[in-house]
Amino acid sequence: MRFPAAIRFATFVLMLVGIVLSAPAIAQKLGPDGAPNPTASVIDQQTLLKQVPRVEGRIDIPDTKAAVLIQPAGRTWDYFHEVLLHWGGAAVILGMIVILGAALLVMGRLRITAGRSGQKILRFKAFERFSHWLTAVSFVVLGLTGLNITFGKILLLPLIGPDAFSSVSEAAKYVHNFTSFAFVAGLILIAVIFFRDNLFEKVDADWLKQGGGFIKSRHAPAGRFNLGEKLVYWLSLAAGVAISVSGFLLLFPFFGTDIADMQLAQVIHAVVAVLFIALILGHIYIGTLGMEGAFEAMGTGEVDLNWAKEHHDRWLTQQLAGEDRQAHPHPSATAAE
Amino acid sequence: MARMKFLCDADRCIDCNACVTACKNENEVPWGINRRRVVTINDGKPGERSVSMACMHCTDAPCAAVCPVTCIYPTEDGIVLHSKDLCIGCGYCFYACPFGAPQYPQVGNFGSRGKMDKCTYCAGGGGAEAPGSAEEFEKYGSNRFGDGKLPLCAEMCSTKSLLAGDGEIIAQIYKERVMKRGYGSGAWGWMTAYREDVDVKV
Repeated sequence: MRFPAAIRFATFVLMLVGIVLSAPAIAQKLGPDGAPNPTASVIDQQTLLKQVPRVEGRIDIPDTKAAVLIQPAGRTWDYFHEVLLHWGGAAVILGMIVILGAALLVMGRLRITAGRSGQKILRFKAFERFSHWLTAVSFVVLGLTGLNITFGKILLLPLIGPDAFSSVSEAAKYVHNFTSFAFVAGLILIAVIFFRDNLFEKVDADWLKQGGGFIKSRHAPAGRFNLGEKLVYWLSLAAGVAISVSGFLLLFPFFGTDIADMQLAQVIHAVVAVLFIALILGHIYIGTLGMEGAFEAMGTGEVDLNWAKEHHDRWLTQQLAGEDRQAHPHPSATAAE
Repeated sequence: MARMKFLCDADRCIDCNACVTACKNENEVPWGINRRRVVTINDGKPGERSVSMACMHCTDAPCAAVCPVTCIYPTEDGIVLHSKDLCIGCGYCFYACPFGAPQYPQVGNFGSRGKMDKCTYCAGGGGAEAPGSAEEFEKYGSNRFGDGKLPLCAEMCSTKSLLAGDGEIIAQIYKERVMKRGYGSGAWGWMTAYREDVDVKV
């Protein structure tokens, strides 16, 4: 054979071998009617959804979140919001009210044992009181408007009808969105102003050991803030940060977040809100009904001397020593520990 | 009683967007609101699929369940409609919807959402406005269903991939197609929306 012919023959044989070897593979890609089967190399929808949480593709329009074709997690989030949050939220909030009611019935109002002395001492300055009330009033407004989203259609809608309820809910939505800024401002003020006095000290362990002021026969020592108040501070700070961040994301939907992020933000916002409300209900109770002489601290800023001696003796001593030093600048006898 | 559904045959859809254009034109949908869209999966690779998606009008619609003002409701034919008078634009229906159907106009600061808008199966609004009236059209779009017609997106589909009509009828049509040609990637979204699927095992 001449050289070019040999090459042509070898190429032809190789082609034949190649076709024969690949015949089974080609056969798989043909459907029963002999036409190519385009689904041969791909998985079907059910298998795909088992592998990935949601099916996403390519979209022509600028709305990028429209690229998500199916996100079954929507039904899961529906279950969270309509079932878990309703039952859990009701249990936590109503449970807290029941516990506080029981506390009032069993322990009653904690009285100032020595009775009022009639003398006052300054506990919270005007700016401190302003920061607290800014946060407190914002919190109540946010809490009520927020609870309307979850429980409004169960509690309020049957009372006032759908049209009135929609008007109220729409207004509540805007009130909630705008009041959030006041709350964040107040939270930052409180965080900064009361930071140093809320750091944990040894006296907090003693306060706890003595029953935290709830056992009338024992005296529980404390600084400016006792352990209970310090816990309220730190828990409120943590909850406040969580709720502010998640709330911010909800306020600017899909600015850098996708559907799963938004659902998560809403879950965090709702769960933390419910727990926060329970915490603050306890705080409100002890600051008003639960303890005589407590409210005026934030109300007028001044507290009764005997109240301070009973509940914050270390702080009272420091305050009196400081006042003494201011009144008599030269070193003289100061109040004993 | 007929139970209305959508079925998009992903093996026939060519991403021509005729359905999108038909919907936008028929319902005078404002700019920025996309009631129907075509999503392409695996674009350019083997197994590329395009699926036309709008509201699937689900059984036990999750959007209706989460709405804080209960403004979303199903009709006798299974079509899910809502009242724009009651809607407060909170956005929860979008979080719950597995298909991204609810759309919102931006009306104010931050991400302030206006009244929710979505595919109505070309069945108008089902509200206080007279069916087929100008007021109803301005709020909700066209009411073809009242005239006994099917949604325009499915009617205008260039390849007849998007099917609309009674669920049993369109499932049967799809099954026959799959049997004839020997392949079918399934009825996309049916298990999530209607909790039942079309058996396409050849």
